[in-house]
Parts: sequence; structure tokens; C-alpha cells
Amino acid sequence: MDNASQTTMSLRDRWHALRTQYRHLTGFKGIYGVLTIVLLVVFGLFADLIAPHAPNRQDLMLALTPPDWRGPHVLGTDHVGRDILSRIIHGARVSLIIATAVALFASVAGVFLGIVSGYFRGRIDSAIQKVAEIFWSFPPLMLAIAIVAFIGQGLTIVIVALTAQRWIPYCRVTRAESMALREREFILAAQSLGAGHWFILRQHILPNVMLSVIVMTSFAMANAIISESSLSFLGLGVPPSIPTWGGMLSDARSYISSAWWMALFPGLAIFLTVLGLNLLGDALRNQFDPKLKSH
Amino acid sequence: MLLYFIKRLAGAVPVLIVVSGIIFALMQLAPGDAVTMLISDEASEADKARIREAWGLDRPPFIQFLNFLGNALTGDFGMSFRYKMPVIEIVLERLPATIELAVAATLIAVGVGVPLGVLAAARPGTAWDAIASAFSFAGISMPNFWLGILLILFFAGYLNILPSGGREPWGLGVESVTGFLIIDSILAGRWDALGAALKHLALPAIVLGTNMTGIITQMTRAQVLDALREDFVMTARSKGVSEARVLWRHAFRNAMVGVVTIIGLEFGTLLSGAMIVETVFAWPGIGSLLINGISSRDFPLIIGLVLVYTGMFIVMNLLIDLFYTLIDPRIRMN
Repeated sequence: MDNASQTTMSLRDRWHALRTQYRHLTGFKGIYGVLTIVLLVVFGLFADLIAPHAPNRQDLMLALTPPDWRGPHVLGTDHVGRDILSRIIHGARVSLIIATAVALFASVAGVFLGIVSGYFRGRIDSAIQKVAEIFWSFPPLMLAIAIVAFIGQGLTIVIVALTAQRWIPYCRVTRAESMALREREFILAAQSLGAGHWFILRQHILPNVMLSVIVMTSFAMANAIISESSLSFLGLGVPPSIPTWGGMLSDARSYISSAWWMALFPGLAIFLTVLGLNLLGDALRNQFDPKLKSH
Repeated sequence: MLLYFIKRLAGAVPVLIVVSGIIFALMQLAPGDAVTMLISDEASEADKARIREAWGLDRPPFIQFLNFLGNALTGDFGMSFRYKMPVIEIVLERLPATIELAVAATLIAVGVGVPLGVLAAARPGTAWDAIASAFSFAGISMPNFWLGILLILFFAGYLNILPSGGREPWGLGVESVTGFLIIDSILAGRWDALGAALKHLALPAIVLGTNMTGIITQMTRAQVLDALREDFVMTARSKGVSEARVLWRHAFRNAMVGVVTIIGLEFGTLLSGAMIVETVFAWPGIGSLLINGISSRDFPLIIGLVLVYTGMFIVMNLLIDLFYTLIDPRIRMN
């Protein structure tokens, strides 16, 4: 398409072209998923500006106030009078930090080990796969629970604990892809032109595995958020002084018969966020990876 | 075939040793001293030293680990700090409750997920398909502790028709033969007890099964859709076989291999999920035992349980591989 026809294309035409090309991403799943990420980032970054109250401000006189659309506490208050809505907005921060950090570290480590494993094969490959096998022998969350149980609570420890297993899917998938890629003509051509291994890995293998990495990252973030809130719910996550969705649900358990709002809203936040990331992952997969299409 | 199985089993042993080494190393990194948790603050240093010696906590870590490994091989995971009982006894006593819960959850997941997935695959693009898809995404994204609390609120609180937790009412008095309450109730002919047991099991099993239901629905749909595109389906149709028969006898049967594999692969998630569900419903299995053990820093119990969990997971993965080999002779060659 030349420049002239591009400029004459109306906005509407362009939108239609985009919709046809990115049919899956511009469908409900993609839009809802992107919206979830935008909200999570905005709440996480600007919690202090958006939240109507300070998340840890206690007021025992106002303890267990039910939700009221007109009132100062739209989603009610908890057992020590803290505003639920403000705590949910601040809780997005922990979810955002954990999801981003775990996905980032897991993808960097997993992709590096994966493409190296698949490209070089041989002894490096079997060593890396052995390590992956050992870390994969723990049931999901069990290694994280063991790490937090023995070493202690904290944001950094939770991130390390969740990354400890999350790099493995990245490693497996990129290993298989780079194994297939290394037999392709353009890699063989690069090799015969005298390109070094690291150059090939960086310039040819890495760009070709990126689409799968993006798809996996959406699911990895969903997984990290649900894992972190599970840990916080069990009292094994970040320290209770930091508001988290899982921690709020843990508090809610003792007031289950008297204050349903304490349990309903934080859980809804987890559910809608994780749902958004899972739907986005599915839309990305359908868009970019026809082999793995769910329909 | 037998040789393959033995080889795979032998391959799992070093993994288990390294896994226990990782857990043991983590324990060494733990801040604080288990002895101070064990006895009262008034105990003298001499008392503490004596306990340290009695529990073998004064020896070098590596020796402690070898000792532990040697004992673990004979099923001896040491004495629980808190219960003052051998860990293996506590675990074995609690294990049936967890297995009962996991089996019930799997049955629910298969019972709901498989028909829903087949239905969606039979009518792709229809309202049925959309409902199945919405249901499965909701199931996969559902935090099980939240669903548990909501169901307790509704069925135990609002409707008041199901118990909010526990495994049996006080003084049920069913003699424990197998440890599985449902089987024991049937063996004793106590139908009232069976009813009570099922009522207690219902909510935790539904909650634990929700995640798996979502995944099984999605996988069944995908597998059946794939199978419907195969040549043998076209052959069957051209022979005039009815559409229902094509769906169930041809497509579904071929899709079943994949579904069974998913059930096996999801076993690990089921184990982790059980820890949370047991905590929510005060279900007396090994999951809630582990969480309680962590809060009381009962190290022998934690180590024993993590190893039991991991061991079960490894064995399950082994069984999936074996199942694959039995079903599909092509894999046996590699």
C-alpha cells in the first residue's frame, strides 16, 4: 500500500481493516483483557490519588459499616473500620508489582535457558532440563509455600518463590521452538556466513520466539496474581500491614456471618483481574498462534 | 514394558533426593530456633541444649540431612514437634480425608466438564458453546478460597442447608476401617452417617473441582473438535452413521485420551488447591495439617508433608506416562 492510498483511507476503513486483521484481539476477550491491564496499572500506580480514604486508617466507631452507594464508604468497612474500596485500590499495587516482577524475571530466565537449551542441545540442554525437572517435581505453589514458610514473609521473597517455578513453561516452549528453528534454512545460512552462536540466538532465534512469550506472559501474570493472593490468604504472603486482596479475604473469614461485603469485593477484584488476563492470553493465542487455537 | 516402568521409577529416586535436599536447605535458612518454639521461655540454656541434642539439632546440617534421608527411606520422618507423635502416623491418619476430597472433586470436574465440552464441540459457535466457554473461563479464573467463602455464605449461612466446615458432625461414631468416611459408613451400613458425610463433602469438593472443571471443559471441547476433523469421522458419516453416534462413539472416544491426560496433569494443581480448600472448610486432611504446621514451625511435619506431596505428584506423573504408553504404542518406541 502506497502513501497516497493510505491517507485517503478513512478512519472507519482503517478500523475495519484493523478489526479484520486483529479479529481476536479486538473482540470481547481482547478488549476486556486490555481494559483489565489498564485498570490494574492505573490503580496500582495512582492508588494514593484515586482511593477515597487512606487504606490503613482505622476507625473502630465505623467498624463493619455495610456498603452504601451514597455514603463515604461505598463498599463498606472492615472489622477495624478501614475502607474496603480504598484497600482494594491499594491492593492492586501488590498484585501489579508481583505479576509484573514474576512475569519479567520468569520470562527472562526461562527464555534465555530455553533458547540456549534448544539451540546448543547436548550437555547444556540435559543439565538445564534436569534442573527444570527437579523444580517441576513440586506441586504448583508447594515450592513457594515451602520457601515462604522457612525463609519468611515479604514482597521480594514472594516474587522469588513464585518465579522459582514460573520460568519452566517459558523454558519448555522456547526450547522446543528454538530446536525447530535451528534446522531452518535462514539459520543454516547465517551459520554458513560465519555468524556466531550468540549473534544467531539474539538476532534470529529470540525474535522468532517472542510471540509465544507474549502469549505466555498473559497467563503467567494471571497465575502470579492468583498465587500471591492464595499465599496472602494463607497468611504466607506479604506482611499483613500491606493491603492485599488475598489478605483482605483472610480477614473476612472471621466475619463471614456478619459482614459479607468484606469477602465479596476483594474476591471479585481477584476474579475479574485474573479473568481479564486469561481472556487476553486466549485472544493473543488465537491471534498469533493458530496451532494452539482454542477455536 | 515392566523394564520401562522400573527404569522410570528408578529415575524418580534421585529427583526425590534432590527435592528433599532443597527442602532441607531451605530449613537451614529459616530464621529463629525451633527449640524456642518447643519449650517455655523459662527453660534454662542447659534444658535447651539438652533438647537440641535429643532432637539432633546440634549436629552439622549435612549429617542431619543424611540422617534424615536414611530415616525417610524407612518411612520415618521423625517426631512432630507439636503433636509429639511420629510424622508418618499423623500423615497416614489424615491422608484418607484429602484423597476422599480430591477424588470427589475430580468426579465432579469430569461429570460436569466432559459433557459440557462435548456439547460445546458438537455445536460450535452456538449459545451452548458460548455458555460452556464462559463457564470454563470463569472456573479457571476463580480463586478457590473466594468461591469457598461465597458458598459457605450462601449454603451454610443464608439457606442453612449444608454445614460450613469439618468432615463429620460431632459424635458420628463410625468405626474407622479404611479411613475413608464414605466407605466406612457403607461398610457399617450407617446410611445416616453416609448422608452426613456427603453433606460435609459437597461444598469443599465443588470448590476444589471448579478449576479443574473449567480446564476439562476447554480441553474436551478442543479434543473433540480435533477428532471431528479426522478422516475416520468422515468415513463414519459417509457410511450413514448417525450424528450422535459419530460424536460419542468416534470423536469422543478418541478425545478421551487427551482428557485423561489432563486429569493427570491437573493432579498437582488439585493437591495445592486442596491445601487452600481444606483451610477454608476446616477439612482435616494433610493440606490443613501443613498450613497449621507452618504457623507452628513444626519442621519435621512440614518436611515430611512436602515430601509426601511431592512424592505423590512424582508418582502421578509417572502413571500418566505409563498410561500414555499403554494407550499409544507409538510412544513406547522412544
